[in-house]
Amino acid sequence: MSDEMTNADAPKGLIGRFLALPTDSVPKTVFVAVTLCLVASMVVSAFAVSLRPIQEVNKAKDKQINILQVAGVYEPGEDIGEAFSAFEPHVLDLATGQFAPDFDATAFDDRAAADDPDLSRELDDDPAGIGRQSNYVTIYLLRQEDGSIDKVILPLHGYGLWSTLYGFIALESNGNDIFGLQFYEHAETPGLGAEVDNPRWKALWSGKKVANDDGIQITVSKSPPPAGVEYHVDALAGATLTSNGVDNLVRFWLGKEGYAPFLENLQAGAI
Amino acid sequence: MAQTRKQMLVDPLVDNNPITLQVLGICSALAVTSSLKVAFVMALAVIFVTGFSSMFISMLRNHIPGSIRIIVQMVIIASLVILVDQILRAYAFEISKTLSVFVGLIITNCIVMGRAEAFAMKNPPVASFIDGVGNGMGYGLILMLVGVIRELFGSGSLFGVTILQTVNNGGWYVPNGMLLLPPSAFFIIGLIIWAFRTWKPDQVEEREFKIQTVEQH
Repeated sequence: MSDEMTNADAPKGLIGRFLALPTDSVPKTVFVAVTLCLVASMVVSAFAVSLRPIQEVNKAKDKQINILQVAGVYEPGEDIGEAFSAFEPHVLDLATGQFAPDFDATAFDDRAAADDPDLSRELDDDPAGIGRQSNYVTIYLLRQEDGSIDKVILPLHGYGLWSTLYGFIALESNGNDIFGLQFYEHAETPGLGAEVDNPRWKALWSGKKVANDDGIQITVSKSPPPAGVEYHVDALAGATLTSNGVDNLVRFWLGKEGYAPFLENLQAGAI
Repeated sequence: MAQTRKQMLVDPLVDNNPITLQVLGICSALAVTSSLKVAFVMALAVIFVTGFSSMFISMLRNHIPGSIRIIVQMVIIASLVILVDQILRAYAFEISKTLSVFVGLIITNCIVMGRAEAFAMKNPPVASFIDGVGNGMGYGLILMLVGVIRELFGSGSLFGVTILQTVNNGGWYVPNGMLLLPPSAFFIIGLIIWAFRTWKPDQVEEREFKIQTVEQH
């Protein structure tokens, strides 16, 4: 495109004729707007599509780092793939609480499954705000040296204030003691809801308990529930809706629609 | 042209700094300066966006209708910002997570639009590019200055490398936690503006009105 309009008296072709129009005329305005939008959208989509494979690799690696972190075995600088190989992925059938060996756990895509009508169901009671829930999810086991289960890492997700939070909860082998909770993907307000990533808040989860004989007690709230402080994680100041979202999603996923059958099996030693 | 290219590049660093003289782009300067690495990447991103948006806008300046002028500028700026965001997500994933929304918010950074509107619409592409890069660097300079102070005294390190061993890690330095919170950047930028204007009194603005002294009877 010529920088100065010196050639304006000799327009060539359709584009040249448009360019030669007076700058403030209506056709020229429409032409500039449409052309610019087309060019800009093509450039942006070209970049987005061509960079996506690299971004997917980053995301997958980030997810592995998060699994290592939630299990408390992450060391900066180590080889992620190698450290992650200690974790045993399994596809879990939520309804029975048993593993579903028909699926390849290393390739199973939980999020795609949640959109597949054959593998998921629509929720009537949906406190976590997820719409459809996959019947199968990928969970990770970390074993001790003697082969007994050390920790189970369970994925969970649910709606906060602006976004769906995706994370993992790590439970001890008794299926009731929480080792850690961590979100690897969300778009909550930086400085407020995004404080779910604050190490000091995440540390509050360690050592809490999920349920007592009366059912699930763990809660994120301002003041401790009647069941006692070991079932209470302090809500984030200034982020009531994100805290409520985390409360809902943790209680939902650890409840009977979520991992309760699996945790019963775990406690009974049937895994 | 009154200014040489070198002047156009160097002027916005101190004499006509977008943050300290024009007091633009403060919001992101508060958010991304708690660690130097993040501030550095943010500065590079802004230099890239101001430089190229000014250049493209300048190339199109004779064809941009006045009625949709701002929208055309925004489309160009926004497209460049999305490119930066996508590239960061591909090649600097950790930092892009820390920067989160602030990369996207470069679109609303007044410096970018300010240079587009004040300079690029009236000047040729090369000059506009240099002007944009210069202003981006002026922004980056302040960002780095604030970043050095906040990271060094807030967490005892620079670029993540420990300089002052903190008490928590068995050292002697008690970090100033306030420096990690956004308000501290306000104080630091205020002090930098004060220092710049003491050094270069030309930058002091004239009072818009004089405080009246009331005669006592």
